[in-house]
Amino acid sequence: MSNPHEFPNEIDHGLLRFLTCGSVDDGKSTLIGRLLYDTKAILADTLGALAATSQRRGLTELDLSLLTDGLQAEREQGITIDVAYRYFSTGTRNYIIADAPGHEQYTRNMVTAASTANLAIILVDARKGVLTQTRRHSYLARLVGIPHLVVAVNKMDLVDYDPAVFARIQEDYLDFAARLGIGEVRFIPLSALTGEMVVERGERLGWYDGPTLLEILESAPAAHTEQPEAFRFPVQYVCRPRDAANPALHDYRGFMGRVEAGEIAIGDPVTVLPSGFETRIKDIQLGGVSQPTAIHEQSVTLLLEDEIDISRGDLLVRTGAAPEAIREIDACVCWLAETPLSPARHYLLRHTTREVRARVADIKHRLDVNTLERGPATQLRMNDIARLTLKLAQPIFPDPYVVNRATGAFILIDESTNNTVGAGMIKESEHLPHWRQAVTQWAGDCGQ
Amino acid sequence: MTTLSTRTLSHLDWLEADAIHILREVAGQCARPALLFSGGKDSICLLRLAEKAFRPGGFPFPLLHIDTGHNYPEVIAFRDRHAAALGARLIVRTVEDSMARGSVLLKHPGESRNRHQSVTLLEAIAEFGFDACIGGARRDEEKSRAKERVMSFRDEFGQWDPKNQRPELWSLYNARTHKGENIRAFPISDWTERDVWQYIQRERLDLPSIYFAHTRPVVRDKGLLRPVTELTPAQPGEQVEQLRVRFRTVGDIPCTAPVESEADTIDQILAETAVTTLSERGATRLDDQTSDASMEERKRAGYF
Repeated sequence: MSNPHEFPNEIDHGLLRFLTCGSVDDGKSTLIGRLLYDTKAILADTLGALAATSQRRGLTELDLSLLTDGLQAEREQGITIDVAYRYFSTGTRNYIIADAPGHEQYTRNMVTAASTANLAIILVDARKGVLTQTRRHSYLARLVGIPHLVVAVNKMDLVDYDPAVFARIQEDYLDFAARLGIGEVRFIPLSALTGEMVVERGERLGWYDGPTLLEILESAPAAHTEQPEAFRFPVQYVCRPRDAANPALHDYRGFMGRVEAGEIAIGDPVTVLPSGFETRIKDIQLGGVSQPTAIHEQSVTLLLEDEIDISRGDLLVRTGAAPEAIREIDACVCWLAETPLSPARHYLLRHTTREVRARVADIKHRLDVNTLERGPATQLRMNDIARLTLKLAQPIFPDPYVVNRATGAFILIDESTNNTVGAGMIKESEHLPHWRQAVTQWAGDCGQ
Repeated sequence: MTTLSTRTLSHLDWLEADAIHILREVAGQCARPALLFSGGKDSICLLRLAEKAFRPGGFPFPLLHIDTGHNYPEVIAFRDRHAAALGARLIVRTVEDSMARGSVLLKHPGESRNRHQSVTLLEAIAEFGFDACIGGARRDEEKSRAKERVMSFRDEFGQWDPKNQRPELWSLYNARTHKGENIRAFPISDWTERDVWQYIQRERLDLPSIYFAHTRPVVRDKGLLRPVTELTPAQPGEQVEQLRVRFRTVGDIPCTAPVESEADTIDQILAETAVTTLSERGATRLDDQTSDASMEERKRAGYF
């Protein structure tokens, strides 16, 4: 090999994280099994175990859905109880599938799975068409800001591959999508059971001339290619070696973190929040080695021109593009815990690497994810989604969630159990202007 | 004011940056973490990631190895050499010590000590007051790991309850614990076996020699190769063969099987990994085959 850092015959189109939403009956597990099977991601011993289990259950054919059945508890109950992650690679691109189950804890699991996904496959049973749950999946995918939606009309084999069925579902979907403000959606007819239009085109969907599901996945923009925002760098950890044997490191102060938006170069002016001190980037390092720039999603260590006291929880931003300090936030919150949210209590709010105490000042309304209607609420139970006002003990420096998922999201922690009890998405407001036109496309919103 | 980035990270760069982020979250959130280092390839990757995350500083955690006393000597020598080269503090606690204390009782002298590592690990956690243990487990290794969190919560008995795990959203990891509780942090959760080998190749990482093809006496046992050693002698009637083999994972001698291979460079291993037809644990673990759910049972009892 001429260059040990290159892999022969391999083009790297990065990593795509996607989510599959649907109920057991939609054939979601079969679809994931089909993707893994047809991309040759399933290895011989796993296949052997699968064949044995299929046989034990009295099935005559390989049940691909068994591939995604993980834990003993759910095998006993026959349900999927949590988000599972699966991996496959096509040689050009690597994939992480977040598989969210479809029972009553659905909202919580789907929000969790969706939080890191860049594309969602929404499964519709061709025989049943657009259902309440289709609307719920679509709404949640939008709420959590997944930029690419694919509606997969599955079980086409059970409707004789009829193009009219596909066309009608497409029409129904677009009708409510418009009302939800969902913009770009792709539709694909397929059969996870027979494999048609998943990885292979097959023969009986010849009237469909669009890409296969895998072709859609191969060409979708990966998460880390769509980031046109101003530089944001939450400090995770401060490196002060103070190595007596190495006086050169005596004054070393490295600010460690990950670029959560934008990019930065040596010499660029930055502002430290909350202190407001301004300085410039002296060096950018990784593993003690310098590099001229750092881009979105890179973990690096930043060195600054001036000696400034900075600790975990502080934020470095490009000077002139600093977010406002906010002590009262307006947010959509999904409640994750069995213990209901109590307006009487304080919670710990984690935003990037910063932790502040928070209390609920107002529950504006709760949203019914089935009817998408808003109603009053005095508390939130698990799986509820609501629009809240939170008061904070110290300021945070967020961007609206719609602008940046990493700097617009937060979690709520119950300090008595240390459990993560809530997931929040910060709304734009007069303090947080949405300085991006794409905002109007984000209907995944829990109301004004 | 805003710039449009056209440069993007390759999948390996993304995985690396993500793992560094997780390591730094552990260092930032936990008071007394440790990194579990066995001399195996996954934990060797973890150490390179830790170098990238924390240099020029030292590691903000010691390395901890739970030694069954049944490891290949090449791996133990590598472990000591590698830790010393990195200037890291290495703590070794042995299952034999737990046996001497009476906290581990073997059913018979030949019983695999793999399962009993959990006891020694929990004892080491209590001894040093570790609030987090960083491990090299990956979600693609085994079914029950597919739902494992990046920051996995263990109660004061070291137990993993799959139904009582914290939701993990965005990159907002919650590693908070009360006294006695513990977090197991898995920075390479989202890596596959192939990613690990690619990373080893790219970073030119040193590995114990048994990862590469070598000639070794083995017997064929239920479709797997069982190495013939003092601990695992051939049984009467078994036919001992001298085969070219390599290990895909290294662990306890009685429960780690090699695979037939001629691959003696990383490039050749990668080429084999690309066309292999057996999953890593399936090909190499003599203990996971007993039951489809055996890993889950061990994890509930405090296993890695």
